[in-house]
Amino acid sequence: MLRVSLSEISAALKEGRVSPTELCQRCLSFIKATKFLNAYITIAEDTALKQAEESEERYRRGQILGDLDGIPVAVKDNFNTAGIETTCASNMLKGYIPPYSATVVQKLLDQGAVLLGKTNLDEFAMGSGSTDGIFGPVRNPWSYSRQYREKCVQNSHTENEDSNWLVTGGSSGGSAAAVSSFTCFAALGSDTGGSTRNPAAHCGVVGLKPTYGLISRHGLIPLVNSMDVPGILTRCVDDAAIVLGVLAGHDPKDSTTVQDPFKPFELTSFIDASKLCIGIPKEYHAPGLSSETLALWSKAADLFENAGAKVIEVSLPHTRYSIICYHVLCTAEVASNMARFDGLEYGHRSSMDKSTEVMYAATRREGFNDVVRGRILSGNYFLLKQNYETYFIKAQKVRRLIANDFVNVFRSGIDVLLTPTTLSDTIPYVEFIKEDNRTRSAQDDIFTQAANMAGLPAITVPTALSEKGLPIGLQFIGRAFQEQQLLTVAKWFENQVKFPMIQLQGMMDHGHTVCHHQKSAFFS
Amino acid sequence: MTHIRSAARDCVPGCGNPGGGRMWILRFGRYIRGAPSGGASYWGGLSLGSRFTQAAAGGSDGRQEAAGDPRRRGRVYQNPTWQHVEQRPLPEKKVTVEVLDHLERLALVDFRNWEGVQRLEKAIQFADQLHAVNTEGVEPMDSVLEDRCLYLREDNITEGNCTEELLGNARETVEEYFIAPPGNIPLPKLEERDTFLQVSE
Repeated sequence: MLRVSLSEISAALKEGRVSPTELCQRCLSFIKATKFLNAYITIAEDTALKQAEESEERYRRGQILGDLDGIPVAVKDNFNTAGIETTCASNMLKGYIPPYSATVVQKLLDQGAVLLGKTNLDEFAMGSGSTDGIFGPVRNPWSYSRQYREKCVQNSHTENEDSNWLVTGGSSGGSAAAVSSFTCFAALGSDTGGSTRNPAAHCGVVGLKPTYGLISRHGLIPLVNSMDVPGILTRCVDDAAIVLGVLAGHDPKDSTTVQDPFKPFELTSFIDASKLCIGIPKEYHAPGLSSETLALWSKAADLFENAGAKVIEVSLPHTRYSIICYHVLCTAEVASNMARFDGLEYGHRSSMDKSTEVMYAATRREGFNDVVRGRILSGNYFLLKQNYETYFIKAQKVRRLIANDFVNVFRSGIDVLLTPTTLSDTIPYVEFIKEDNRTRSAQDDIFTQAANMAGLPAITVPTALSEKGLPIGLQFIGRAFQEQQLLTVAKWFENQVKFPMIQLQGMMDHGHTVCHHQKSAFFS
Repeated sequence: MTHIRSAARDCVPGCGNPGGGRMWILRFGRYIRGAPSGGASYWGGLSLGSRFTQAAAGGSDGRQEAAGDPRRRGRVYQNPTWQHVEQRPLPEKKVTVEVLDHLERLALVDFRNWEGVQRLEKAIQFADQLHAVNTEGVEPMDSVLEDRCLYLREDNITEGNCTEELLGNARETVEEYFIAPPGNIPLPKLEERDTFLQVSE
């Protein structure tokens, strides 16, 4: 029952085939059974059950709030949630209980959604593996799927199965794992450089990054103010459209949201492909792209063409510089945004109190991990007076060139761009940690962060399984504020590829055996 | 959407690509960069013949026989269209101990060890690749929403009275005050501070 989509479970609730409390309890027990995935940091059991009961009351009275009433959802731990600990997987905010909820969280709750808990991430959403938070790395549910395990046996992997688990991608890995492992029906992530789409592709779920300015960032602990957006992770494109309909719209508390009225839409199943123009940016065949992903990308292009769409090769010439530009702008904005963590008003505070400066320095020493400190220091370097022009302003200029590339492409009649989401399928944790965070981010974000630079909407749709039995996703990038068109194309594509459901039978039993191994694999 | 304020030259895809690499720009049939070795020329239309004569035995689904067929467009490139540039090592005097000390003071975080310093050096090396891009006449971009007006609320008080909640998050408070240690005391100098940079001297 937990494997169905959001729209299906919503129908089941409306018809009375299942009650919100029953659903909530099942999800909570499944979360406990999949604890070894480490997808959740905080499980808000009491409040979730209370919300479920209230929802049940509303269903009884026939006064439901909307399609999301009674639906269990999860939220990434860098969104503020009133009364529920919000840590950003960092020592700096451990124990911090926000006095208010983020606008997007409030919107979900106002629609009656049941908030199960906060999901794990990289510390402050910096990373592309969900491995660098203080609560440990998140495991990809596909590590325990029958599809992957069978291929492992075929390839005669003799190592201990359990120590070879795979990363989810990041930084919204916990949210992706939660949706992928059926513990919730939708999850919120954040997307700054691909942090929603990367784990979505690796976990075989749909990851939507809306246009910058469409969804409010109020309450989302900021990383890069000019690129952050809340991301939506669901099991199918229809669900993403439902959640988008709830979340989008102007927020007076976030002045970077546009004031254009947003009309929630329902997606049609049928599109007239002959009216569609798909662009294939050739620079997205970057070095390191796996042959499987390339083959899938080609097949997808064929699919559209055979359906009658115009498939045209286009050029985004500054693609190769976008990751470097992102690196500079991201570290610079991070240096500024992390300055608020001084220990005075919230968060961790050091006991050293000789002076304010000493206290700040000690607090930040103790509170931040290497990755965060590294980015703050790099950012400050790029913002030094002698470097401002050569690095920061230069990067802003390159950003304009990148954004213009997209403008030109869309102006020439392209409706939607089709690109890979990641270089390849996911890899084992022991492989992933061989390179440092910055290198991994530079490699993994290569296809996703250009959309953040230009503020365009993008969605990753799980396409097929690789030879290892792991999901590969393809990305669609659309015109600004044209989410309806983007999602329509994505939905059509999803119906064509019919991505297989993850087979997690025996996960419950596995959960017991893994618990014993948990300590060793976890802290190795 | 964003206005194109840069010079026209910078807007044309493919121009100003000093990073090298042979980028074949097919723009309305005009051929902009050098011809591939042994390839057919392809004026007019978006024919992709020459690319396939260069490709290795790839194209397992028999696409090679379709090479040169003007009806088959929009194929995915079978080879990477660019390569990573080898990063140049930093000049010796770039990241001195003075700069590192200055950064530690500004950022109020520490490098902690040599790994931290190397992280910074690698970050700078990586960022140096930006200098290859020609940005003459291009305006810096702060925000993708630069063409819109920022929304401003009316200057009326609509919420507040949450002193207790806000104070509740702070570790040290007295009545309605946040407590801070004495201010206006600069961070100790490098020689007096407990930082690994001192050791590195």
